[in-house]
Amino acid sequence: MDAHEAHHEFEIPYTVHPRPDTGLYNGKLGIWLFLASEVMLFGALFSSYILLRTSAPTWPRGWEFLNVPLATANTFILISSSVTVVLGWANLRLGNLKWGRIFIACTILLATLFLINKGFEYHHEFVEGRLPSTNNFMALYFTLTGLHGLHVLGGIIVFLYMLFPGAKMWGKDRARYTNRIEIAGLYWHFVDLVWIFLFPALYLM
Amino acid sequence: MAQRKQLRVGTQWLYVDDAERILRDAIRLREEEEHRNRIEGHVLPWYRRWLFSTDHKVIGLQYGFTALCFLLFGFSLMILMRLQLGWPGHAFNVMKVLGENRAPGGVLLPEAYNQLGAMHGTIMVFLAIVPLAVGAFGNYIVPLQIGAPDMAFPKLNMASYWCYLPGGLIMLSSFALPSGTANSGWTSYPPLSDIATIGQTFWLVGMIFLITSSLLGSVNFIVTIVQLRAKGMTFMRLPFFVWAQFVTSFLLLLAFPPLEAAGILQLMDRVAHTNFFLPSGLVVSGQILHNAGGGNPLLWQHLFWFLAHPEVYVLILPAMGIVAEVIANNTRKPLWGYRSMVGSVVFLGFMSFVVWAHHMFLTGMGTLISAFFQTTTMIISIPSVIVLSALFLSLWGASIRFTTPMLFALAFLPMFGIGGLTGLPLGLATADLHLHDTYYVIGHFHYVVAPGTIFAMFAGIYYWFPKISGRKLNDFWGRVHFWGSFVCINGVFFPMFLQGLAGVSRRLYDGGIQYAHAKAIAEQTNPFMSICAIGLLTFQVPFIINFFTNAFLALRGKRNVTDPNPWQATTLDWAATTSPPLGHGNFAVLPVVQRGPYEYNAPECTTDDYLPQHLVLPAPPPSGGGMLPEAAVAQREI
Amino acid sequence: MTEQLVEPTAPSDGMPLPESHAEDAHVHGGVHDPNLHHSPEEIKREIRVYLWVFAGLAMLTALTVYACYGLRTPVHVAIGIALAIACMKGFLVAGFFMHLLSEKRLIYSILGLTVVFFAILMWGPWNHWADMIGR
Repeated sequence: MDAHEAHHEFEIPYTVHPRPDTGLYNGKLGIWLFLASEVMLFGALFSSYILLRTSAPTWPRGWEFLNVPLATANTFILISSSVTVVLGWANLRLGNLKWGRIFIACTILLATLFLINKGFEYHHEFVEGRLPSTNNFMALYFTLTGLHGLHVLGGIIVFLYMLFPGAKMWGKDRARYTNRIEIAGLYWHFVDLVWIFLFPALYLM
Repeated sequence: MAQRKQLRVGTQWLYVDDAERILRDAIRLREEEEHRNRIEGHVLPWYRRWLFSTDHKVIGLQYGFTALCFLLFGFSLMILMRLQLGWPGHAFNVMKVLGENRAPGGVLLPEAYNQLGAMHGTIMVFLAIVPLAVGAFGNYIVPLQIGAPDMAFPKLNMASYWCYLPGGLIMLSSFALPSGTANSGWTSYPPLSDIATIGQTFWLVGMIFLITSSLLGSVNFIVTIVQLRAKGMTFMRLPFFVWAQFVTSFLLLLAFPPLEAAGILQLMDRVAHTNFFLPSGLVVSGQILHNAGGGNPLLWQHLFWFLAHPEVYVLILPAMGIVAEVIANNTRKPLWGYRSMVGSVVFLGFMSFVVWAHHMFLTGMGTLISAFFQTTTMIISIPSVIVLSALFLSLWGASIRFTTPMLFALAFLPMFGIGGLTGLPLGLATADLHLHDTYYVIGHFHYVVAPGTIFAMFAGIYYWFPKISGRKLNDFWGRVHFWGSFVCINGVFFPMFLQGLAGVSRRLYDGGIQYAHAKAIAEQTNPFMSICAIGLLTFQVPFIINFFTNAFLALRGKRNVTDPNPWQATTLDWAATTSPPLGHGNFAVLPVVQRGPYEYNAPECTTDDYLPQHLVLPAPPPSGGGMLPEAAVAQREI
Repeated sequence: MTEQLVEPTAPSDGMPLPESHAEDAHVHGGVHDPNLHHSPEEIKREIRVYLWVFAGLAMLTALTVYACYGLRTPVHVAIGIALAIACMKGFLVAGFFMHLLSEKRLIYSILGLTVVFFAILMWGPWNHWADMIGR
């Protein structure tokens, strides 16, 4: 039993350094498990979409009701935010806190822009008299993009925390802070991944 | 070469100089821990120590206490239902507690019966059994049994409890609503649930909290079991209880989200007037509903049962885990077929995701898909049988100690057997045509959960109470509790099979007497079952008094158990300090695992008939030294 | 743009990097978290990969919008094209941004299991509807 482990009677091991046989640190395993559950959550909604659409006598094309150009722009925005977060993490791994924080801030700004655009979209739909109760296409649209939007909001909150109060951890335990950004980044990429499927499913099919 | 002197410290053999170093470290670490428990010279305030703790043991106790309260509440709802079923339309004073709008003059209204039915099911499944089995037992015992200082994410653990409690309270608060609680069954089928009163919305919101709590908890469990196992604790040396919790956590992780999605869809239907589950042309009370339509009520059933079938395995697996621990301990021999049991529960967990539509045989399914689900359902009975058989076989040739936990664990076996066997006709579509939505189904699942899971929970409480508190529960009253419960619970649930075979439908507020084909059997059996239910209630009283008296005395520090391992068990949880200090750190010295979990009466046993998992056996004396084994042992003592 | 992102070996705030602790190699038996212990050159190379992936994603987005919306493709063809391109984009995000291509076996097993259950969830309700009596 080496000296390193003697201090772990009360400390939880493998929070930063990986466990040898799994090769993972706790947070990374945890976030992948959480993402697996999110796959099942959005999967259930996609399954509902498939059932409702195939059993419906008619179904509109996305552009009949929705603003495809605006959503395309939003897609570029979300993809860009994915790039900025991974660049931020790369910079933190290089020990560069300043550029790391700049890229995380860019992610937050792009994400907020995404939500603002979504707000414009929703408003336009309401103005045209298209509510969730109008038909199942609109119901699915609002529910799916709404839940996705809540996930975007959640991500923004997490990154804001990591950018401001959470950044104190850089001074105390740099590796642990970097890992936390990695984990938040994984969540963020998943949110982007869901949109990558949601966008064509609602707007282009 | 002279042998280094060894010292027995508690249940471990250590070399003397190592022992000195380790004990010095342990004292220093304990002092640091005491220091951490104080802020500016004061001990942690009560709300940080007991209410908002991140210690898995405190959280386990929080879950346990809350879940037992919900269990009692759900049980009381059942008593009210059984009073109505036994003597339909009769006025009862106790019924008046439901209020004038539900039970005018003490006579239960049919609408109120539906409320009781829906809430009894929901509370028992989601607020009582799963939090008790997974949140309480899982949280408390799993880190101890794998030799970890805590769960992997202590703050997440606290968050999961604090999602559970508000969710439960939201559900309970619906009783205060003028229009009452949810009343569309615990299954909440639309279109009825879509147009139900506001109590249903409370149900949905409560469920979202509960599902979130489950998800956070399951991530924690899986990471803990994978990452925080002590040195030497390989997967195949894990106690079966930990395997059961591991599979259960995967079920919770991957099966709950579809119900969360379904809950969101139903919430949208009710609040935003969408039509996910509302078809066109629906007629409610003679009026056509003016909605856009296009929805599919069966969609809810798919999403609901996609969770709810794995959910029933969530209900049974921790129970099997507890029973396995208690049986191994009280037979003083290893479990028979440990590897088969492990393989079976893993296979069971996987299969549980592909059987859900056996709850939907009467929805107009085609023969192809019906055949698919019948086949998978028949296959899934195999691992259950393997586990049950292995537990039965573990009794063969054993020196059985009939302790109170063992009584409950032994009773689990035939009771789960009956529950499981009665599931088979339900899993075959042709028989299910007759039995679906009858009392046969209610008998089937209650046998598995009530004399099944709940008895296993009692076994676990009697078994681990001394570890948690330093006091054993009173043995005499424990046996009274057992025998009374065992007899009465069979009296309540066995006649349900007879009722179901005769065609008595479930969820009838009068128990079936309004139907000619059901009247006779209902009148013959219902009063008897209700009397047994009241008997069952009576026999829980000794348990409640026993439990609270001993818990209270334990809190005052009055222990009646001096041995840290009163049941002489082998697993690591019994190597932790008795009544572990309710702060971080379970082991003064982290154990290193040397062997499997059930080494009872193993060849290497010397003074005792069991070998704890972490016990380091000293190297045998050099051969030809001329010493008898007893002399070698004596020389090791200091 | 690329040159500004990358700092050479010396960190800007003077604190030592984790990889300077030699004890780490000893304690963990040589098993390193690949993400914490890469050299700056490797990280710079990764950054270039991220930017290429970004370009690929942008191009595929433009392609899918043009192919489905721009050309007003009929439904069944559009579904095929859109799903195929979405899978490609998903692969890029998951494989490179989420580092799935260099992940550990345990993560692959968990995700594999999830994919199986996901597929069952997609198939089940639809198949039930498609196989109903009277259709």
